[in-house]
Amino acid sequence: MSGDAAGLGKGRATAFVLPALVLITVFLIFPALWTIYLGLTDYRLTGLSAANPRIVGLDNYTGALGDPRFRTSLWLTLLYVGGSAIVGQAGLGFALAWILRSRTGAVSRLVEGVVLLSWILPSTVVGFLWFALLDRDDGTLNALLHTPGFAWLLDHPLLSIIVFNVWRGTAFSMMLYSAALENVPPSHLETARLADAGVPQQLRDVVFPRIRRHVLTNLLLISLWTFNDFTPFVLTGGGPEGRSEILPVYVYRVALRDGELGVGAAISFLILLINLVFALAYLRLLRGRNGRREIAAAGGPHT
Amino acid sequence: MIRHTLGRLTATVFLALVLAFFTLPMLWLASAPFDDTPRITTSVPEFTLNNFAAILDNPYALGSIRNSLIQGGGAAVLVVVLAALAAYALSRVRVPGRDVLLYLLLLLSSVVTGTAAMVPVFELATRLDLIDTHLGVILVVSGGLLPAAIFILKDFMDETPTTYEESARVFGATPLQIMRHIVVPLVRPGLATIAVWALASVWGGFLFQFILLRDPEKAPGSVILYTLYTEGGAPRLDLISTFSLLYSLPVVAMYLFVSQRYGFRFHGGIKA
Repeated sequence: MSGDAAGLGKGRATAFVLPALVLITVFLIFPALWTIYLGLTDYRLTGLSAANPRIVGLDNYTGALGDPRFRTSLWLTLLYVGGSAIVGQAGLGFALAWILRSRTGAVSRLVEGVVLLSWILPSTVVGFLWFALLDRDDGTLNALLHTPGFAWLLDHPLLSIIVFNVWRGTAFSMMLYSAALENVPPSHLETARLADAGVPQQLRDVVFPRIRRHVLTNLLLISLWTFNDFTPFVLTGGGPEGRSEILPVYVYRVALRDGELGVGAAISFLILLINLVFALAYLRLLRGRNGRREIAAAGGPHT
Repeated sequence: MIRHTLGRLTATVFLALVLAFFTLPMLWLASAPFDDTPRITTSVPEFTLNNFAAILDNPYALGSIRNSLIQGGGAAVLVVVLAALAAYALSRVRVPGRDVLLYLLLLLSSVVTGTAAMVPVFELATRLDLIDTHLGVILVVSGGLLPAAIFILKDFMDETPTTYEESARVFGATPLQIMRHIVVPLVRPGLATIAVWALASVWGGFLFQFILLRDPEKAPGSVILYTLYTEGGAPRLDLISTFSLLYSLPVVAMYLFVSQRYGFRFHGGIKA
């Protein structure tokens, strides 16, 4: 790091950085800025406004806020993030990390393995697995529960995608909490146990104070990812009648299926702002701590 | 003592339930591809390998795997090369505002998600004539992966000693030669990690491929799964299950490869 070991010089260093920077500028920064402009127009995929879009100011925003379907979608998204990420993934992930921490047997390796596998599999494949599990006529779940003909995806679409996302994403929380629990000295837990403290007390007095930052990191990241998650589209397509239409699916329908690009861009910008709040909170949390690699987590796949 | 035993028992029951919950959806993937008349219910298969032959006959199935390879491989190469060059320069040359720039880029890549950028990205691709091209998918996905890739690779580069580079320079090696013969071998685990990560994200990615590719000839496996329906609209279960299995194997293999070879399991939020 001292000086310039390879003799690059300012000129060559710039040439090395430039290609990456150009690609990032054109395909990441520019789209972000363009969303703001597009959101202020009545731009459409086809028709008159496709050729000559007009500036309509904040009409798209007021229109969206007045649209009951948008408000429903926002509410569904809140339930989806709260239920599947904050309660489901974080809760189950922590429980697994806590129980598996002292076990080394074949069963715990197996549990860890399948949880990881559900995270690695491609999202469309996973969508079909759950489609097969929940199918009305021949689904495995109905066969197991002896409830033939029960239409899980039609009668409980939101619950279906929540459980689906818990299944899909618990691995991340499990791994993060496993790493976090290594920071808790076993001797402190032993002392608490000798003082006859139950598990809830141990968690509250010994474990939680030491892993508070990990918990916050975890909640921020999984909320951000779940909020932007398009995968439920694979399972329900947002239906029936928009009852599982979370915001990512709503934007897709409005902008690319109904062709109202201007309206879609306006809602995209709102999503961008909410993402920004999450990301800034996350960066703030990491400030002054040597979480350099951990920080890269926030820059995970933007698909 | 009783409480301890009870706790242990509860934990075991809990683990059994979790195991069932996570395994149940996967059973279908293990059984249906080998079943002569697959139904949606998981069942002990009437063993056959005919479904794999049927996949070979489908006009799009094999082509879509080729498309996935082109798009995933292309993005992996592009991201690794560009990120390595940028990370090296940023690691070795002191540029004012370097850290702020990196943090800003990283922040952007986490904020500008596919969901937030699908409208402008679709519009941009339309105007640049990138709809229905492999290049379009490669460029769009790489733009999003690069900031995190640069950040992680710079970390790897910072940890390597610069003395070799100095002596190579004394003997008249050019910066690109130094990079190829000295730096690259030293940070190979980092490069492999990034390559696998990029390939895996494109392989399993859906949203951008779905909106940028209309032509089934260009669609990757993750999108083509949706076309495996009969004319009547019913899903072709024999093809879907078999294709799902085939499509999942490389990802699992890559994950095992990286975790065995480089002993890494959890690198920030990156799944590979």
